[in-house]
Parts: sequence; structure tokens; C-alpha cells
Amino acid sequence: MMNAAAASQQQPPRPEGGTVETFKYDNRIVRAFAIATVIWGIVGMTAGLLAAVELFFPAANLNFQFITFGRLRPVHTNAVIFAFVGNGMFTGIYYSLQRLCKARMFSDKLSWLNFWGWNAIIVAAAVTLPLGLTTSKEYAELEWPIKIAIALIWVAFTVNLLGTIVKRREKHIYVAIWFYIATALTVAILHIVNGLEVPVSLWKGYSIYAGVQDALVQWWYGHNAVAFFLTTPYLGLMYYYLPKAANRPIFSYRLSIIHFWALIFIYIWAGPHHLLYTALPDWAQSLGMVFSIMLIAPSWGGMLNGLLTLRGAWDKVRQDPVLKFMVAAVTAYGMATLEGPALAIKTVNSLSHYTDWTIAHVHTGALGWNGLLTFSVLYWLIPRLYSTKLWSVRLANYHFWIALLGMMFYVIPMYVSGITEGMMWKQFTRDGFLQYPNFLETVQQILPFYRLRAIGGTLYIFGVWLMAYNLWKTARAGVFVPEEEVRAVSYRSQAGAHSEPAFTHRWLESKPILLTGLALVAVLIGGMIEIIPMIVVKENVPTISSVKPYSALELLGRDIYIREGCVGCHSQMIRPFRSETERYGEYSKAGEFVYDHPFLWGSKRTGPDLHRVGGKYPDAWHYNHLDDPRATSPGSIMPRYPWLFTQQLDTTSLTARIGALRRIGVPYPPGYESKALDELNKQAGKVVINLKVGQIKAAPDREIIAVIAYLQRLGTDIKLAPKPVAESATAPRAAN
Amino acid sequence: MIVIFLLIPLSIMTAAIFLAGFIWAVRSGQYEDTCTPSLRPLMDENTKKDEKAKE
Repeated sequence: MMNAAAASQQQPPRPEGGTVETFKYDNRIVRAFAIATVIWGIVGMTAGLLAAVELFFPAANLNFQFITFGRLRPVHTNAVIFAFVGNGMFTGIYYSLQRLCKARMFSDKLSWLNFWGWNAIIVAAAVTLPLGLTTSKEYAELEWPIKIAIALIWVAFTVNLLGTIVKRREKHIYVAIWFYIATALTVAILHIVNGLEVPVSLWKGYSIYAGVQDALVQWWYGHNAVAFFLTTPYLGLMYYYLPKAANRPIFSYRLSIIHFWALIFIYIWAGPHHLLYTALPDWAQSLGMVFSIMLIAPSWGGMLNGLLTLRGAWDKVRQDPVLKFMVAAVTAYGMATLEGPALAIKTVNSLSHYTDWTIAHVHTGALGWNGLLTFSVLYWLIPRLYSTKLWSVRLANYHFWIALLGMMFYVIPMYVSGITEGMMWKQFTRDGFLQYPNFLETVQQILPFYRLRAIGGTLYIFGVWLMAYNLWKTARAGVFVPEEEVRAVSYRSQAGAHSEPAFTHRWLESKPILLTGLALVAVLIGGMIEIIPMIVVKENVPTISSVKPYSALELLGRDIYIREGCVGCHSQMIRPFRSETERYGEYSKAGEFVYDHPFLWGSKRTGPDLHRVGGKYPDAWHYNHLDDPRATSPGSIMPRYPWLFTQQLDTTSLTARIGALRRIGVPYPPGYESKALDELNKQAGKVVINLKVGQIKAAPDREIIAVIAYLQRLGTDIKLAPKPVAESATAPRAAN
Repeated sequence: MIVIFLLIPLSIMTAAIFLAGFIWAVRSGQYEDTCTPSLRPLMDENTKKDEKAKE
């Protein structure tokens, strides 16, 4: 009412008139997403803090399997990425899209399906990940039923987004909306392609890709998840909320257009930079590196565009916490997008990869860019939704400084720790031996930084609590406006714009787009289902003849390794550096992973690489080590795994597992299922005998036996080869 | 590595969709005016609220 009157005054004069339409913006959905953002933010960051504490105080999981580091890490990453940033993105989009299009969301039903569906998925993730139901592929850990749900909900969001754009009243599509479209489209494609699995049971599936291929698809996805889930939607938010908060237009609209198109065209090619010096072919590595460096240009264009918007308004930044958060967020974006390409240079990557440097890098992005920008949007948005002012500007300012301090306490120790690790791993004595041959020496060195990092995380979370309180007080003080009535003229109804009647034209314009889009998705899915298994199976002709599929016991052991999230701390990819071959053994070859569904190369070495651990220690050592890592390795920060010694190995799904793997090309001989269990028992018996040699009495039907069998198999196949493996065609060039 | 023959066409297809979007945007005159679009988001709120927000 009041709004409507004011809005009509606001309408800029239209040259040719046109019908004024009255409609309402949906604020309820925005509020719902905003509340979810705050709640999941606290949950996800707290999970991260606990994980951080476990790294210097391994007993912090209280020997409780559901919160061991390996299982907790994906809870943390999924919660902050998909729950916190995901809901934050939806909050920002649902508010800004309606206003930029001068239209209510396309469908309230889809809006709420988006909200409840997305949050139900998150709850499902929070339940399944601690249970160890995981694919182990980073940021794509959720098992196949949840993955399907994600695809469906994402389509609902995409239809809602495109539908709103089609029925928009404002002809021009503002740059923020382009970023939203790119997000919706690309995330759908990435998620579906990377998520293809052959199901074994309701909560277990195997990636249809194996080894190198799985790695490449995973990081094509993983990198673009950062690009199109954490970056493009938030850039869209920046282009809407930064000008709004500063009350001045973006510095250069032209630059924003260049920023958008350049960014999305370059981003999709940069994925291989996550696999530098691995068994990925050299040319693919170089491609990834070159495109990564090219990314600096659009990224910095965007950062400067954001910062320069504030030229002449820096006095406002001093007063306004919203702008403070935004400036810091955009600066963090600039820092992370300069650092990213730097880390994608092979020379730098040879030092930084597998170290805490990566952790520092992602947290500059996550805490700085995503976190701070989310806070600024919430501080700006909630008072408007409740038509009031922020309850306490001072508290928001405190939050800003606490968050910034928390970020510093997080990021700087991680840089120091990362570089320390990297240097120590590579350090040789003058005689040509490793200076620190014992991995534990390097772990001990960085423990102080792990403690500091936990302080940083605590500060950051404390800030979020301050915000939650502040926003809650703001909401209490104001009156929520669930439906904001506005009046606007549609460009379609304006004379001179189009001669056809509005209805016909709308119909013409909306349906074909929708139909084309849906047809495309259908064709894509259909085509992939047909083509992919074919290609993938064909490729699985072993390139190293001595590499054989895992035995039944090893396979189950490997699936426990996946369940426990071991890959979170242990890589299985020895790069061709002397420092690595000296420490771990022969470098890893592409042909060794052809039966690995999924690949387990990992991306972080909190513990040592395990690719050549097979045969390195006696079975009894592994037994004692997994029971209490500090018994065999004083100073280790690995958690204990007592439940592996009490839980019985589940062999009921063995035949299903073998069948599923055979379907995607693992050459188990026909009829292997029938004798698999016998073979398993035989191998378990051997392990038990080996353990007896080490004075250990163990039952053959416990999970620990399978894990030991798997660990002892790792990387041993090529040792059985008659002569040094000639694999020069696919092996990466050795570097110094 | 044959999976690259899946990823490259997919990436090219994604890029092609974006390219189509870009061509559409240019042809339909989305970028003819690069000045007023940046001002428009600032004007969509009612005056009362803006005053409140300022003080």
C-alpha cells in the first residue's frame, strides 16, 4: 500500500506509456534461505573447527567413529560449500532476481521445492557422511540417491530462474543475472557427468570412471565447482549488492560484461591444474596451467570493478559495516584469484601441492570471499526484509574485525605450515639423502600452526554468532514484509517495443526456450548413458599386464578405506620427483589405477603417501598402527580406529560389488562371485597367520583384516612385472 | 585418457551454449546501452525505505 504508492512515484517516465502491472515480490522465500544460511554456516564451521582440533589433538573424536577426521572433513566441506554458501547464494539470488527482473519468482511451488529439497539434501548429507556413506570424490562425496536428488532440485531451481527471466518486465538482463544463469547451467552439467555411478546397493555405488579418467573428471568437476558454485553466483551477488550498499552504480558496466564472458569461457578449461605432475598426460597439465594463468585477467577485472565502484565513497566504508565486509570480500577474491593461477604454475605446484598451502588458499576464498560477502548481504538484507535498521552497527563492526582477525589467524599459519612442509619434504642432505626421512618430523614441525589455525577458526565462528544475534535482534525490532507490493510496466506492453499482442509474444518467447533447454538436458543425459560406459569399459584394457583387479578381501578393505575417508589425509600418487621416489618408492603410473573405482589419489598429505605402502611393513605393524598410531609412530596425529577391530566384515554385498565392478569393465572372471567368499576367507586366514608371527591373536572376520589386506596390496602389482615397466607413452616426464 | 573425448566436447558444448547466449545478447541489443543498466538496480526501492536506510 505504502510501498505501492511510493513505487509508482519511483517509476521512471515511460516514453510510450504501457500498462502498469501490480504484483508482489516474495520475501518469505528469501527469509527462509537467509535463516538456513546462518544456521548451516554455524554448523559447517563448527564441524570444521572440530576437524581442525582433531589434527593436533587426535583424541578429540573420543574414539567415536562418526566424527573421526576422515568422516568429519567431508561433513565440513559439504556443509560450508553446499549448505552455507548454497543457501547464501539462493538468498541473494531470490531477492535480487525478482527486483532485477521486476517480476515475482516464476513459481512459488518451485521456490519452496528448491528450499525444502535443498535443505533436506543437506540433512541427508549430515546423516550419511558421518556414517561413512561416501564416494570419497571431493565435494561430490554424497552417494547416488542423494546425487539424483541434487540434480532434480537443481533443475527445479534452474527452471524457476529461467522462468523468472522469461517473464521479466525489464528488457535488459542485468549482468548479475548472467552470472546466475551460468551458475545454474554449468553446475547441472558438472554434477551429472562427475556423479555417474553404478549402484551396488542403496547407499553404495562405484564411479563408472577408473583411475586417471576418474581423476580427470573429478577435477574437471572439482575445479568448476569452485568456479561455478563459489565464484560466479557470488560475483552476481557482488554486482547487485555492492552497488546497492554503496548506493552508486558499478564502476564500469562494460567491464562487468567483459568480466562475465571472459571468465566463463576460460574457467571450464582450468581443471587439470589440480593434477600437475601426476599420471595425467603432460599436454593436459599444460593446458590447465595456461588457462589458469589467463584467468587472472577477468578475475582482477572483476575485483577492480568492485573496488572502484567505491571511489569517492570510501568515507562510507569507514561507517558502514556492510561495505567493510564487501571491500574485504572483494579483496579476498582478488588475492585468491591471483594466488590460484600462481599455484597452477607447475614449479610452484611441485612445492605447494599436498601441503597446507592449498588449505590456506581455499580458506582465503571461503572465509574471505564467500564468508564475508555472505555476511555483508545478510547485514544489508535482513533490515530491509523487516523494514527496519540494523539492530547494532557497532556489533556488526566488531564482527567485521573479529572475522578478519580470525581469517588472518587461519590463513597465515597455514601458509607457513604449507611452505614448511613442502620444503622439509624436499630437503636433501649434502650426501644426497633425505634430510627428514621420517614423515613424523615434518608433522611435529607444523603442529603449532595447527593450534593457531584452530584459534583463527574459533574467532571466525564467534563472529558468526555475533551476527546471528544481531540479525535476530534486528528481526525482533522490525516488522516482516512477506509480500512487497510493487508496480511496474512490462517492456512487452510498451508501444513501439513489439507490435504483437503481449500474450502471444510471451508464449512464443517462453516455450521454445524452455523446450529447447529441457530437450538439451534430455539428449545430454540419454547420450551420456549410452556413450560413457562404452568408452570407459574399452579404456580399461590394462596397460601394465601385471596389474590385476583387487581380490575380494582387498576390495572390501578398499571400500572401508573409502568409508573412513583415509583419502582426506593420505595421497596415493607419487609424483616423479627424486624427493618423492626416495621417500615413497617408484613414482605412480597411469596404468596402475585402471581398476580403481573411484580413484584415491587424494589432494593432501597430512600423513604420508600410501601408494607404495604395500609390503613396506609387516601385517602386525598395520594392526598395531590402526589400533593406536602413537604406539608404532610416536607423535603421530592419526586417529585411532578401534571399531575396525570389533566390527565384523560385511560380506553380504560382496557379489553385488563384484558384479557392479565387472559391469564397468573390471575383468573379474565369470563365476568369480561364487568362489569369492572362499577366496576371501583364505586370504583372511593368511593375514591372521601373519599377525600370529607378530604375536597378535586376531579374528579373521573383522574389518581390520580387510584393511590390512588392501594396504599390503597397494602399489605392489608393478613389482611383479617381469622387467621394468615400459610405459613411456603415458608416463609423465620425470622432473628433478 | 579417452575420457578426454567426453570432457572436451562437453566443455565445448557448454562454451557453445554460452556463446549462443552471448550472440543473442549482442543481437537483441542487451549491450547497446552500457550506462543506464548500472543505474537501474539503484532505483527499484521505494523512497521511504531509502531515506530510512540513509539515516
